Amino acid sequence: MNPSADYAIETHGLRKVFGSHVAVRNLSLSVPRGEIFGFLGPNGAGKSTSIKMLLGLVHPTSGDAFVLGAPAGDVAIRRSIGFLPEDFRFYDWLTATELVQLHGRLCGMTNAKLRERVPEVIELVGLAQHHDRRVKGFSKGMLQRIGLAQAIVHEPDLIFLDEPTSGLDPMGRLMVRDILRAERDRGATVFLNSHLLSEIEVTCDHVAFIKNGEVVVTRDLSETLAEEVRVVVDALNVSQQTVAGLTRWADGIDVEAEQLRFRVRSKDVLPDIMRYLVASDVDIFGVTQERVSLEQIFVAIMGDDTSL
Amino acid sequence: MSNIIIIANVTLREAARRKILWTALFAGALLLAIFAIALRLQVAEFQSRPMSPFVRYQVESGMLMIGLYMCDLLAVVLTILTSIDTLAGEINSGTIQAIATKPISRSQLLIGKFLGFAGMIVVYVVVTFSATIAVAYSVTGVLPEHPLHGLLLITFECVVALSLTFMFGTWFSTLTNGVVVLGLQAVAFMGGWLEQVSGFSQSGHIVTLGVVSSLIMPGESLWRRAAYEMQTPLAGSLSFSPFANVSIPSNTAVIYAGAYLCVVLGVAIYHFHERDL
Repeated sequence: MNPSADYAIETHGLRKVFGSHVAVRNLSLSVPRGEIFGFLGPNGAGKSTSIKMLLGLVHPTSGDAFVLGAPAGDVAIRRSIGFLPEDFRFYDWLTATELVQLHGRLCGMTNAKLRERVPEVIELVGLAQHHDRRVKGFSKGMLQRIGLAQAIVHEPDLIFLDEPTSGLDPMGRLMVRDILRAERDRGATVFLNSHLLSEIEVTCDHVAFIKNGEVVVTRDLSETLAEEVRVVVDALNVSQQTVAGLTRWADGIDVEAEQLRFRVRSKDVLPDIMRYLVASDVDIFGVTQERVSLEQIFVAIMGDDTSL
Repeated sequence: MSNIIIIANVTLREAARRKILWTALFAGALLLAIFAIALRLQVAEFQSRPMSPFVRYQVESGMLMIGLYMCDLLAVVLTILTSIDTLAGEINSGTIQAIATKPISRSQLLIGKFLGFAGMIVVYVVVTFSATIAVAYSVTGVLPEHPLHGLLLITFECVVALSLTFMFGTWFSTLTNGVVVLGLQAVAFMGGWLEQVSGFSQSGHIVTLGVVSSLIMPGESLWRRAAYEMQTPLAGSLSFSPFANVSIPSNTAVIYAGAYLCVVLGVAIYHFHERDL
């Protein structure tokens, strides 16, 4: 497999087995450059193991993975990668400034660049007042902020963020959102793993849903959320035959009590559906449109997933 | 190379902050004080009755060796206790993930950490060793025979123990790592004594057992070689002491310890590279 210049991350058939436990079954993924890419799945779906394989922390059992055109784990390419682990920890006797300096230095930044950039990112993450405080006294939210600062200090081309808003207050979440957008505008690719679907919804361009160690679907989120509509029709006399015919336009069809619920990719098809229902002798009392949230898509895709 | 230096520097600073280091320094100072008092009492005893200068010199040299043995023991224990969780603990807590994803290979990361701890150990051994010799010299006027050889061999012994905590730290948890390395240290101690005993019993089996123990963990043989280098011939002939020269480790034993260190470090690097973090 040869990597494409269009993608920041490419994997094909990536698999990781720990003993008898298959953590990642078959991960095939292409992450376009210059986007914020969401990585979603239930607990135990293999998200963290996948990220660790992409970063070279975990060795794959089989399959191919390329990051910025280089094999995953390549030491030199890490100069262009930033990473915020899920539970960021580091030597807590360092001050915020020392911590960011150390990480920048390891990424090959010169002293002159460090003097310019370190105060800048510390201010960006809202810790300017605490720059000379030891990390030991930091709250969980402050640790996440300083973790984000060390991940972006060297202006990487690809940034992996594992639950970046964990422990952050609403203002902190807004800050992270702004930083991610600024990084994307700079040209960086952001690979975001988060359980906060509302954050993914407003931040990401594409999203991949992972289930049982496999990508089940990848969506262009801007199109999906703009177009996809959930419809509730207050109706009587909805036969099984009518429901079967409805699948031409809709999916996720559910008939319960006196309501017919379904999901359509575009509201443009609604007039056709209404004509079909009337022609099928369905008694219609009302129609309601609901914009589909990412949470609803997530639940629909994951179904009764029990992976933990 | 620069990243190795960065890691070594931060590891040295991390190690220097550990309470165990300051506890060991405090314990060293306390034992040094007791050592100084004992020497003073002994000198007073010598002055109270007529004694041959030769015998007096030999006894005072023997007491100096006791002080240096104390330094050696403390340094080895400090080495093991400060370093057992540098890899095992950071792997377990996930702290290592933030560093291992930087443009530094795992071998550079491990070597950097190793050099950081080795630096701390060198400073500790030089300080306590020099202080012990200074105290003994100020009270009795006695100096060891080849202090530099002794210093290097004691430091070498500590670095061998350090390599073991690194190697087992890539496999085991902090606690298990400590138990295994201290257990090996006990094997080395046993090996040293068995070799001493063999000098009297002439039992081939005991010699073999002692040699095998020293091959499994050559740390104690380095101390016995250091003792041989530093002591006067008479002090070394004292039977059943940790610095008796009944069985003197050869140059081959020292070379073996060097090869042992390289192999253990090589295995540590290989396993750290191969394992998942």
